[in-house]
Amino acid sequence: MQMSFREILTLLHGMGFGGLLLLAFSGALIQFYRIFSPHRSSPLTVWEQKLLRIYLIAMAVLAWGTVLSGAYVVYPWYRAHPPEGFTDYTGYPQRILLSSSTTAGWHSLGMEWKEHVAWFAPIALTMVAYVIIKYGSGLSRHRQVRNAAFAFALVAFIAASIAGVFGALINKNAPVQGGAVIKLMEGTK
Amino acid sequence: MNSNQPENDSAKIVNESRSEVPNGAVAAAILSAGTGCFAISLFGLLGDAFPAVSHFFNFYNPTGPLSGVTTTAIVVWLILWVILARSWKGRSLPMGKINMIAFLFLGVGLVLSFPPFSDFLQGK
Repeated sequence: MQMSFREILTLLHGMGFGGLLLLAFSGALIQFYRIFSPHRSSPLTVWEQKLLRIYLIAMAVLAWGTVLSGAYVVYPWYRAHPPEGFTDYTGYPQRILLSSSTTAGWHSLGMEWKEHVAWFAPIALTMVAYVIIKYGSGLSRHRQVRNAAFAFALVAFIAASIAGVFGALINKNAPVQGGAVIKLMEGTK
Repeated sequence: MNSNQPENDSAKIVNESRSEVPNGAVAAAILSAGTGCFAISLFGLLGDAFPAVSHFFNFYNPTGPLSGVTTTAIVVWLILWVILARSWKGRSLPMGKINMIAFLFLGVGLVLSFPPFSDFLQGK
């Protein structure tokens, strides 16, 4: 069992940062309900507020980690152009996708959309984390601010989902490969 | 297990009703975030439509124009956040209006980021 260096870093970008971020949204939803609900039975304790702040900051950090590793580590490998006259597109995922009308859409729609919309998530989550830090559980009394924080968090989830789904499907059709091969485990026949 | 824990917790509960926070700083964060998202899509569209703009946004060659599109949008977002936060510090603003403008930027940004729509605007 072996993986290339590029496959490992693509995995870190997609499953490490991006996958964890998507999972974290479910926890955030429950916490949002707890602090946003005007019918909650008891306000958050100082410890719970601190935990929520750390959680949201971690989500924002994961979102930044996802887009930065995507744009500056994985994307250059994805969009690399083969040398002039080269017809073997192995190791050039964008070229593989564009070489056939049946796969070109994964680039022209999937990658073109994902590479921009993904950046909505860290911007929105940074704002949401800031708002929660500023107001804490007192947010339940500020309906308009609460609505804005929830709407931006929802858009962050949608943006991260679009990027995550297209990222996985693009990598399935034209995987980012190359670099040193790292043997993870000795296989037995 | 510490039997005094609930009492300790409730003692630590922040009495929020005593501290009314002016919403200026939060309004600045919300509006600038909406603008930042819009800027990503707008710069992406401009880079796609005009080769000169695309060339300008090519800050880091391996990443291409995406590097400049996102870096510039982030700079716009952060500068706007700082300016608005300073201007609105300690003030209470009508959040309904601020939200409406922020949602408008966010919504238009989302629509513009969708390639079939941005292609349509460019007549492709």
